[in-house]
Amino acid sequence: MKETVKKPVLAVGPFHPLQEEMEFYQLTLDGEKVVDIDMRISYNHRGIEGISEKLQFDQVPYLVSRVCGICSASHPLAYINAVEEIAGITAPERAQYIRVIVNELERIHSHMLWVGLAGHFIGYDTVFMWAWKYREPVLDLLEEITGNRNNYGNVKVGGCREDIPNEIIPKMLKELDKLEKKTAMLTKAVLDDPIIHARLKGVGILTKQAAIDYAVAGPTARGSGIAIDVRRDDPYAAYADLDWNVISQPEGDVFAKAVVRLLEVLEAVKIIKQALKKLPDGPITTEVKEIPPGEGCGRAEAPRGETFHYVRSDGGNRPVRHKIRAPSYVNVPSFKASCIGGHIADVTITLAAVDPCYSCTERLAVVDGHNNVIHNYESLLQLSREKTARIKKEIGAPEWKLEDI
Amino acid sequence: MKQEELISRLSEIKGKLIDIEHKANNRIFLMCEAENAYAVNKFLFEDVPLRFVIATGIDSDDCFEVLYHFSYDETGSVITVKAFIRDRENPAIESISPFLPAAEWIEREIHDILGIDFKNHPNLRRLILADDWPEGVYPMRKEVKK
Repeated sequence: MKETVKKPVLAVGPFHPLQEEMEFYQLTLDGEKVVDIDMRISYNHRGIEGISEKLQFDQVPYLVSRVCGICSASHPLAYINAVEEIAGITAPERAQYIRVIVNELERIHSHMLWVGLAGHFIGYDTVFMWAWKYREPVLDLLEEITGNRNNYGNVKVGGCREDIPNEIIPKMLKELDKLEKKTAMLTKAVLDDPIIHARLKGVGILTKQAAIDYAVAGPTARGSGIAIDVRRDDPYAAYADLDWNVISQPEGDVFAKAVVRLLEVLEAVKIIKQALKKLPDGPITTEVKEIPPGEGCGRAEAPRGETFHYVRSDGGNRPVRHKIRAPSYVNVPSFKASCIGGHIADVTITLAAVDPCYSCTERLAVVDGHNNVIHNYESLLQLSREKTARIKKEIGAPEWKLEDI
Repeated sequence: MKQEELISRLSEIKGKLIDIEHKANNRIFLMCEAENAYAVNKFLFEDVPLRFVIATGIDSDDCFEVLYHFSYDETGSVITVKAFIRDRENPAIESISPFLPAAEWIEREIHDILGIDFKNHPNLRRLILADDWPEGVYPMRKEVKK
């Protein structure tokens, strides 16, 4: 009889048409406390590393920009850093600056997307609407430069595909000024809010030691007090010429990660403005004849952390091996350290805090030992929001509804 | 720790290596046989200490290679341990996951795609191959790719 008394298991995932990545989480619960987590990935394995070996060096950037819809500037750039390292090529200075501008615009829109969704998860839809509204002009700027709102395909070995016409620089600076003001306002509103403090502080803590053991990257590491950033540590493109700061917070909780991302948006605006003002004249590509035999490691700081590409060439026109590591590959397993011991109502926001892919949590179901579904995605989201409402009540915040405004 | 100090620290493990190669700027490759890879990786992660980035499995000309990439962020260096597995029939190497949880997934992935056995891995289940993928067919091996 003993075997039938099982701890409830919470199944998260794996499929939803909106998901970028298919992931499956199985949480074991003791009451409302999470005691274990298991993960399964690769429901949508596309074999990109294998396809890459069948393409020519100059075709691969367009393939790897499809590794991720959001990081579609970082992956090609990391690949190109590796290939340029093998061939000993340096792209023209103007191209280096354009690479910085496109990558930082990507960082802004990705972080704004996260902030909005994080707000949605804890029942703060105003934050969601603000953040996504301010994100929109950034996508428009990217479209104006590269022709696409995502999947820019703007870098190639030895330079860039599309130039930034000097005529649009004043317009871009104006848009960035507007964005800076709005982001500063949003950052202050979010970071000063006592309810967000009460809801996110101390939740889903990833300690510094756990962050080292799981080798996490990007805002997940910087939120745990590890101030690493490839842009500063192993500078590529034009980052070494620009003045900006690496943001880090020691606490390791969800709030710290939110602070890091919000402040990084402001840093990104600062970087783009400088780059636009310093944008040197000249060509944007250099001629590349062939890639010699060799191996190279290319890195780029994607919005979610370090993107690493290893490329090996045998002197032919295709890579013989191309290894890709996206930051989520190391950030996602850190759930073992940050979720266990936590409360079930905090799971959605803790999983979301490393910015893996939100839609992954669209298919939550809690199953007990007799396989009866007792919670689904909506009810778990409800739990998360009720906790926020409870905190609001305790703090004595006014009960505002959208209709009252 | 500056780059020179890093290089002198790396030379402490020289006895277990075949060769040290400096390629490009800040890119150091440490070649070793498979049986020494565990000790070299443990030294890099725990004693230097370096940050683990990822591992790459390659079906090379006459052997399998497992490349363990580490990063030293103070000087922006990538240190790669290149371990050669000479036995093509039963390729095996000691798992580094017991002291480095970050390597758990990638070792499972390399096991899936190349069939390399990671000895003492805590949980060597399939990671990326589908449940109905046939046993013993390793998609990144040369004979399968052809």
